[in-house]
Amino acid sequence: MTGLRRLSEGGRIDRHRPVRFEFNGKNYAAFSGDTIASALLANGESLTARSFKLHRPRGIISAGIEEPGTIVELLDGDASANQPATIVQATDGLRIKSVGCWPSPKLDFGGINQLFASMLPAAFYYKTFFWPSWRLYEPLIRRAAGRAFAPRCPPDGGRYEARNWHCDVLVAGAGPAGLMAALTAARSGSRVLLADQGMEAGGSLLDQIVEIGGNSAEEWVADTVAELSAMENVVHLQNSLVWAYREHNLILVCERDLHREGILERNWRVRAKRVVIATGSTERMLVFPDNDRPGIMLASAVRSYVNRFAVRPGTRAVVVTNNDSAYSAIRDMLSAGIEVAAVVDSRESVSETVSRGTGGIELLSGHEIARVFGRRRVRGVSVMPIEGRGEQHIDCDLVAVSGGWNPSVQLWSQSRGALRYDEALAAFVPGKAAQPAVCAGAAAGDFTLEEAFMGGARVGANIIGEPELAHGMKIPAVDQEPPYRIQPIWHARSASVRPHSFVDILNDVTLQDLHIAMREGFRSVELMKRYTTAGMGMDQGRTGNMAVISAIADASRKSPGDVGVTTFRSPTAPVSFGSIAGIREASVALPYRHTPVTEWNIEQDAVMYEAGARWRRPGYFPRPGETMQDAVNREARAVRESVGVYDGSPLGTFEIKGKDAPRFLDMLYTSSFSELAVGQGRYGLMLSDDGLILDDGVSFRLGKYRYLASTSTAHADAVYRHMTKFLAIERPNWEVWIADLTSQWANATICGPLARKTLSALGTDIDISRKGFPFMALREGTVAGFPARVARVSFTGEVSFEINVRPRDMKALWAAVMEAGREFGITPVGSETSHVLRVEKGFLSTGHEVDGTVDPFDLGMGWVMSRKKSDFIGKRSVFLRRKSGKPRRRLVGLLTLDARRVLPEGAPITNGGRKEPTEGFVTASVWSAVNERSVALALLEDGRDQLGAEVHIRLPDEVIAATVTSPCFHDPEGKLLRG
Amino acid sequence: MLEIECPFCGSRDEREFVYGGPAGPRRPDDPEGVSDTGWVDRLIVPENPLGPVLEHWWHLRGCGEWVTIRRDTQTHETNEARREQCR
Repeated sequence: MTGLRRLSEGGRIDRHRPVRFEFNGKNYAAFSGDTIASALLANGESLTARSFKLHRPRGIISAGIEEPGTIVELLDGDASANQPATIVQATDGLRIKSVGCWPSPKLDFGGINQLFASMLPAAFYYKTFFWPSWRLYEPLIRRAAGRAFAPRCPPDGGRYEARNWHCDVLVAGAGPAGLMAALTAARSGSRVLLADQGMEAGGSLLDQIVEIGGNSAEEWVADTVAELSAMENVVHLQNSLVWAYREHNLILVCERDLHREGILERNWRVRAKRVVIATGSTERMLVFPDNDRPGIMLASAVRSYVNRFAVRPGTRAVVVTNNDSAYSAIRDMLSAGIEVAAVVDSRESVSETVSRGTGGIELLSGHEIARVFGRRRVRGVSVMPIEGRGEQHIDCDLVAVSGGWNPSVQLWSQSRGALRYDEALAAFVPGKAAQPAVCAGAAAGDFTLEEAFMGGARVGANIIGEPELAHGMKIPAVDQEPPYRIQPIWHARSASVRPHSFVDILNDVTLQDLHIAMREGFRSVELMKRYTTAGMGMDQGRTGNMAVISAIADASRKSPGDVGVTTFRSPTAPVSFGSIAGIREASVALPYRHTPVTEWNIEQDAVMYEAGARWRRPGYFPRPGETMQDAVNREARAVRESVGVYDGSPLGTFEIKGKDAPRFLDMLYTSSFSELAVGQGRYGLMLSDDGLILDDGVSFRLGKYRYLASTSTAHADAVYRHMTKFLAIERPNWEVWIADLTSQWANATICGPLARKTLSALGTDIDISRKGFPFMALREGTVAGFPARVARVSFTGEVSFEINVRPRDMKALWAAVMEAGREFGITPVGSETSHVLRVEKGFLSTGHEVDGTVDPFDLGMGWVMSRKKSDFIGKRSVFLRRKSGKPRRRLVGLLTLDARRVLPEGAPITNGGRKEPTEGFVTASVWSAVNERSVALALLEDGRDQLGAEVHIRLPDEVIAATVTSPCFHDPEGKLLRG
Repeated sequence: MLEIECPFCGSRDEREFVYGGPAGPRRPDDPEGVSDTGWVDRLIVPENPLGPVLEHWWHLRGCGEWVTIRRDTQTHETNEARREQCR
C-alpha cells in the first residue's frame, strides 16, 4: 500500500533525504519536506486521531493551519502541545502522539462515549455538572476530553527568545500577493519584514501546478525570494506564524525551527508602520451526515497532497462541491492517477469552461450527499437529488469536499477591522480598517492568481504612499482563470434529520447541537459560539464558522451578513507559552534585590524570605537543633533583654528638598512637618485622597528645606509614584525635588536595653546620651570610623539606633557591630522576630492591620491627624466617612483564654463563634516570648468599646475564646523605647 | 500594547509607562468648600466615556516624567502628548 500512495515523481519533497519519525509509538518513513500529515497519508494511515468529546475516529482533513481533524503533541526536546499535524514538519527522530485518545486512535477506550453521543448535546457540561460545584467535576472532564497536556518541564532542545523589531511594512504571508507586495514595497527602500508560517515561501502556489510567464511557479517564487533576500532592507522569515495583531500596529510573530541556532522559538515583537495582510484563503467544509469520517478531506487538501507532497490520499474519489474551485482539484487528482467516481455539485448547472478536462466523469448536478458509509475509513457515499428522491450509492475511499472559500481575515479581525458579507463570494471580506493595515490577494477576496499578483503590487505600492510604483511592477502572466462562482448551500437536507452532521469537527459540534441551542432561545452568533463551543477550538472554526452562521441565518430568516461573524482573537494558531515568555522566567523578570549583608545572612544559614518588593531578607537564624519557634523566641528575648541587630536597608528612603518641601510634606502626611525642629523626626501616616492608609513612616528634618522620609519596604515604589504624581499634576509650580535614596544608604539597626552600650563600644563621635540624643532625633557623625547618619526610631519598642552608612561601608560596619556587641550577646534577628516584636507593641504593619478599609481613627491613631492643618491628602474623606456614624472595625488586642493557643492569622471573629456574619478578624498573632503566652491583634467591630469582653474566633472545626484588650502587650507607656 | 508619545523620549512602548489614571479636574485647594456629594463624585464616580479621554501616564522606565495623553478608548488613537497639566 505504501508504495502506491507515494507518487514516483513530482512534489516538493526531497526523495534523497529520507527521515524517520515516531507517531503513537510506531515508526514511519518520510522525506524531507513532508509534514506529519503528508507522511501519514503516504504510509496509508487514514485513522490518525480521535475526536475531543465523542472520541469518533478522525483522519486528516486539511493541509494547513485550519486542520480540525488531527492534532498532535510533540514530545521530548521538541515538546509542544496541540499542533495541527498538517503544519508540523517531519524531521528525523521526531516523536509525536495524537491527542484525544488512549492508548491509540485505533484502540481508544474513550470511544465508548460514542454510544452515549445522544446524551452529550450542546452545553451538556454546563447543564449537568453544576451541582454542587463545577470544580468537583472539572479535573475528571478535563482528563477525559482530548487535548494535549502542557509539557512538564521546559524542553531541553534549546531556549526561547524574544526580539524587538521596527519596520515600515510588515507583510503577513508569502504567497503570490504577499511576495508581490513585499517586493514592491522593498524596491522603494522601505524596511520590510515578510513573515510566513509555511516551511517555504509560495503559499497557494506550492499546492498547484501553474505556469507563470512561461516558467513554473516554483521558479517565479525562487527568483522573487532571491531578490528579496539580496536586499538589506528586507527580513524574510519562514516557519514564522504571525499570531497576534495588537494596538498601534504591534505584531507578534513566532519563528520556529531554529534548532540549528540553539533556539526553540523566537517571538518577534514588531512595531510596523503599516501592515499588509496576505494570509490567503481557507476552504470550507460542507455539512452532511458523518462528514467527519476518515477519508473525507477538503478538495484543496487533496490538491495540496498530490501536487506538493506527491501523495495520493485515496484511489477512488467522490468530489462534493457548491462552487467552481473544486474542478481545478479534479484535474490535478486525475493527473495524479486518482480515479474520480463522480462529482456531486449542488448547483443546477456548471459551465463548460469550468468543467473542462473532467469529461467522462459523472457530473451529478443538483445533488447532495445523503449518507456516508464506513467508520474507520470512508467506503462509499449515497447521493440524492436536492429536489426529488432516490439515493444512489457510489463506492469510494476518498471524498473531496469544497464548501467555497473564506478570505483568511483572522489578523484583520484582530486589528479590529470591520468585516462585511459579500453576496457574490458568499463570504465575509475585509471592510473598513481600524489600524494602518490592508488586505491583499485572497485575504481581500481576490481569489484568482492574476488578481492576487495585481492586488499585491497595488497594495505594496499604496501602503508606502507611492501608488505609481505599482505600474512599474511586472505582473507575471498567468493563464486566464474563469472568475470564481459559488452558489452557497451550507447544509445537506439529510444533515437536519441524521445525527453527526458536524459544523465544528474539532470541537464535536453538530448541526443538531445548534438547533437545540436555537430552540433554547440563542440567536446571537457570539453567544452561540460560547454556548455550543462551535468555533472555539484552536482551529478557530476556520472550516466551519460559515456553517454556524448560516444555520442561525436560516433559522432567524436573516442573511449571513446580518447574523455577523464572531471576533477572531490571538493567537491565530496555537503558540507555546515558552515563546510568549521568552527568557522572562522569574529570576529574569523579577530578580531578587540584595543588601550588602545578604551574603553574610546566607553564610549564617539564615532561612531567607522574600520580603516586600523582591528583597531577600533573613526570616530567622536557626542554630543547630533549633526549630523555627525556638530561634524566634531566642532572637526576641535577646532584643527585650540584651541587644539585637537587624539589617533595615530595604526600607524606602527619600530625600525631599526645595523651597516648598515643608508644605509638601504637610500635604502628604497626616502629621505636621513644617514646624518640626531641624534634627528631629516625626511619625506620620500617608493617606490617599479617599481617606485610606497608603503607608506610614518617620520623616526627619535635615535642614530648613530638606527632609528625609522613610517608607515601608513593600510600598516604597507606590509612595514614590504617589509623591511624584501629586507634584507633577496638582502642584506643578511647587519647587520640590525628590531623590530616591533607598539603595544609597544601608543600615544596621541595633536595638535592646544594651543598644547604647553596644554603640558606645563601636566607637562614635556622636553624643549618644539620653539627653544629647533623644528619641526621634537624627544625628550625623561617624560610627566605627564610617561616616554615618544615626536615627533614634524604634520598630521594636526598645532603645534603638538605626546606623545608616554608605552601602560600600555596610559589610564592614556589620562586622564591627557583631564584634562590638559580642560581650553583650548581640543577636541578629530576622523578619519573623521583627513581626513578633511589633505585634507585642501593637505597631501597625501595612498589609496586616492596614488592609485598605481602615482609617487612622480605627487604629487608635487619631493623634496623628493634625488639627492645625486645614488640608492634607485624605483628611476630607476620613471625616466625611466618619460622619455617617456607622460602626467601624477598630484595632484591639486579643488574649486567648488558653494562653498556649496561637490563633491563625486571618481567622474570623463571629458572634459566639457561630456561623454568622463576621464581627472582625485576627490581623496578626504570635507567641510572645517576653509574655510567655500567645498574643494577637485584631480588627473588631466597635472593638474599643469591648475591652475586657470575651469574643469567639471561628475556625473550621473549633471555636476559640479570647479576651479583648488594648492593642499593646509590652511597655504600654512607651518608657523603654525612649530610654 | 500601546505606543505612547513621550514629549521627551519620543514614541515608546506602553511597558515603559505606568498608568496614572484619568486626567480629571485639579484637586480643589479647599476640599472643605466642596459639598459631600461633590467630593464623593470627584473621587469614586469617574467618567468612563467611549471616545477620547485625557489620561496620565508615568514614564517610570524612561525619563521619569508624568505625561498626559489624549487617547480614544474605542480606537486607541492617541495624540496630544504633553508634559502633565490639568484639564
